[in-house]
Amino acid sequence: MTEPFQMDHPATDRRLDDMAQGLVGAPLDRPDGPLKVTGTATYANEWQVEGMVHGVMVRAPGNSGRVVLSNTAEVARMPGVLSVVQDDRMLRNPAQGGANEAPVQGPHHAAYFGQLVAVVVAESFEQARHAAQSLKVTLDDAEQVAVTPEGAAVERQTDKTLDQGDLDRAMDEAAHSVDVVYTTPSHSSSPMEPHASIASWEGEDLTLRGSYQMLKFNRNELADSLGIHPDRVRILSPYVGGGFGSKLGLAPEAVAAAVAAKAVGRPVSVALHRQQVYEATMRRSETRQRLRLAADAEGRLIGFGHEARVSNLPGETFAEPVLQASHFLYAGANRKMSLDLARVHRLCAGSVRAPGEAVGVTVVENAMDELAHAAGLDPVELRLRNIPPTDPESGKEYSSRRFREALESGAEIFGWSDRPGVKERREGDWLIGYGMASAARVNVLKESEARVTLLSDGTARVETDMTDIGTGTYAILGQIAGDMLGLPRDSVEVVLGDTNLPSGSGSGGSWGASSSGSAVYLACAAIRQQIAQRLDVDEHDLLLKDAQATFNNRTETLADILQGHEIAKLGHVKPGDTSDAVRQATFGAYFAEVGVNAVTGETRVRRMHGTFAAGRILNAKTARSQCLGGMTFGIGMALMEEVAFDPRDGHVVNHNLAEYHIPVNADVPQLTVELLEERDDWASPVQAKGIGELGICGAGAAITNAIFNATGVRVRDYPATLDKLIAELP
Amino acid sequence: MLDALRHHLGLTGSKKGCDHGQCGACTVMVNGRRINACLTLACMHDGDEVTTIEGLGQPDALNPLQEAFVREDGFQCGYCTPGQICSATAMLQEISEGWPSHVTQDLEAGAELTPEEISERMSGNLCRCSAYPNIVEAIRVAAGKQA
Ligand code: FES
Ligand code: FES
Repeated sequence: MTEPFQMDHPATDRRLDDMAQGLVGAPLDRPDGPLKVTGTATYANEWQVEGMVHGVMVRAPGNSGRVVLSNTAEVARMPGVLSVVQDDRMLRNPAQGGANEAPVQGPHHAAYFGQLVAVVVAESFEQARHAAQSLKVTLDDAEQVAVTPEGAAVERQTDKTLDQGDLDRAMDEAAHSVDVVYTTPSHSSSPMEPHASIASWEGEDLTLRGSYQMLKFNRNELADSLGIHPDRVRILSPYVGGGFGSKLGLAPEAVAAAVAAKAVGRPVSVALHRQQVYEATMRRSETRQRLRLAADAEGRLIGFGHEARVSNLPGETFAEPVLQASHFLYAGANRKMSLDLARVHRLCAGSVRAPGEAVGVTVVENAMDELAHAAGLDPVELRLRNIPPTDPESGKEYSSRRFREALESGAEIFGWSDRPGVKERREGDWLIGYGMASAARVNVLKESEARVTLLSDGTARVETDMTDIGTGTYAILGQIAGDMLGLPRDSVEVVLGDTNLPSGSGSGGSWGASSSGSAVYLACAAIRQQIAQRLDVDEHDLLLKDAQATFNNRTETLADILQGHEIAKLGHVKPGDTSDAVRQATFGAYFAEVGVNAVTGETRVRRMHGTFAAGRILNAKTARSQCLGGMTFGIGMALMEEVAFDPRDGHVVNHNLAEYHIPVNADVPQLTVELLEERDDWASPVQAKGIGELGICGAGAAITNAIFNATGVRVRDYPATLDKLIAELP
Repeated sequence: MLDALRHHLGLTGSKKGCDHGQCGACTVMVNGRRINACLTLACMHDGDEVTTIEGLGQPDALNPLQEAFVREDGFQCGYCTPGQICSATAMLQEISEGWPSHVTQDLEAGAELTPEEISERMSGNLCRCSAYPNIVEAIRVAAGKQA
């Protein structure tokens, strides 16, 4: 086994650039595509497990009190019913991403409306559903608890507080300033595949076929929840029907399936229905954000204040990190930041695509637009004037930052110079406006392992418990291995989503591609070393291409060199000193054109463009798709997405896809994306940064800023639905 | 019908996203017309011909639409994809039969395969990964080939 490689120094060798196969970066098709377009990829609830029976979960009808199941015996006698299971180990709410241990457990007390408190198991799905609907759940000794952040106790997150210089004074002395409060509602990840798990026991060993993003953590969370050793747990998630944060941590259905399977002695499948996904998985916290921007006469920031309030359930430490990018995006010597966490009895708040920046950068970008308007500056120009030379708080250098180029190139591609004045352009009933916003997201490298085996026939296999949640992992890991080992893409098999394989980083926080890609890169580098040794050449003089090795003016096939043997190496990357030595982040810019209907107030996005820089792009096709997805989340955030809570009991009113509106095809124009060429030596051994979330971090503001340009109306309470516009339309 | 397909016949290509006719992941064709399998009962279709994604192509023998979805990256996680493809298959038939949509300008003249027409007609199929621009492109490419 090779030593772990710790990222302590910038990887300036850029070895991938020396490779001859030409796969990395190319817009190659996904190898998993043929399975997905034929319906033959197996998602969690689609395994045909011998002897499997079905469990349906039941919810608490209130937000506090002791859970009473009053007709259990009767339900247990219904046709096909095997058991009604309520077990101390069941989860109150999902684990946070990366928790690595059980979340709060216990189905006997309700903490929020919709909490899953029991599972009814029957021979068929239909019988289980019928029985579950027949189970009477009531709550004894319910109390009055806070369900809205306005009425709740608030905890200041002292480690998130910053007070640098004197912001109040800067605001007083500013030539131009903005002091505004914006609110964003709760959002739901709403992956198209509802959470599902099939649990089967063989003696004391558990196999869980689930839909999860970070398997090595999920295994520990499941083992800890059940009180068993992680070695006894295997999780399989080869295909995941979308996650967007909601499948980072172990969710209630997994433990329910496991305890139920043990109880009935048969494999049990538990799939949440859509309403339960909305009520009992994860939400993004709603936010209240006050932005104070102070600028001199030229529009240079002298002060930057960002104070936010978010919420979560009692007992949860996660506080939506709204301020994350505010620390490094713009200049301003006088800075004030704070984050408050309100304790509410709503479903758990956790990571939803780009926690922090998705809503934080969006509001910053609205405030910047307000400042540009106040100062009479072009919004692009205002940003360009406020790109700080070094991190405005720590003084650290940026690892790489093509922010200026993204702003300029994006503006050029979009045709920003045509921007109309406020309320200036009208086409029939449509008021037309342009808007822009910056994109920014922190970059993170996570520990990750992968095994690569060069087989004796000159093909290779990559193995890790890393997941592909639509992100393109199957594609990019094969491309990296193919380039490093000189193999055509089709000669590399990528096996993912099984905790029996080396532990990958998991898919979250945009780190999946760079982290697991680095592990594959390192394993391949070790294989190259071994081949070079065998041939007695320096590894740098070894050219691998099309399953052949060229060295010392000779060419031999890999199969000949291997002589019937195979070479297997483990790649193991760990974050190191480069994480802290520099400021690592990704950057970009969005441009949008909207039409607002002057009669109805309806907003249509007519065009939208994004330019992004995220280090080395590993596959131009899948990276672009990630950006399309992020920008579309931005359209949703700007115009329609909102989890509506009943102010009386905190229940989710719009708990389905008809009422929680996500963008449909007709809401999304043919978006365009430009990916800037970049190498970030500090970020990872493959010089890549994260791109999965960058596309959402500010996107919504480009649209709401365009609405202002079209109508002169600032909607400071997201989403910008027509009811908030219509009264003020010109 | 959706549960009958998935649980009883083992045809899990049709997906369950909502079970309420809200997402389109379960789209199949009944006698060539697209419907949400979760909104109908199998017993209501005695004698009907039901086509699911399993009837359109295999991984090593993709049909032109499936091929175009792969090439244009008309999916990410793939969960909505069988529904998108079944829906698009029937949708192209609807266009070729001259059915107008909400965005069709001239109700008599038939519809062009513009992105706007395709987007409008595919809006019953949600994709949270938001592959929409690529789905539109894939359908255009595949339809262009057939024409
Ligand atoms: S599962 Fe049928 S429409 Fe959603
Ligand atoms: S590809 Fe994931 S929902 Fe459409």
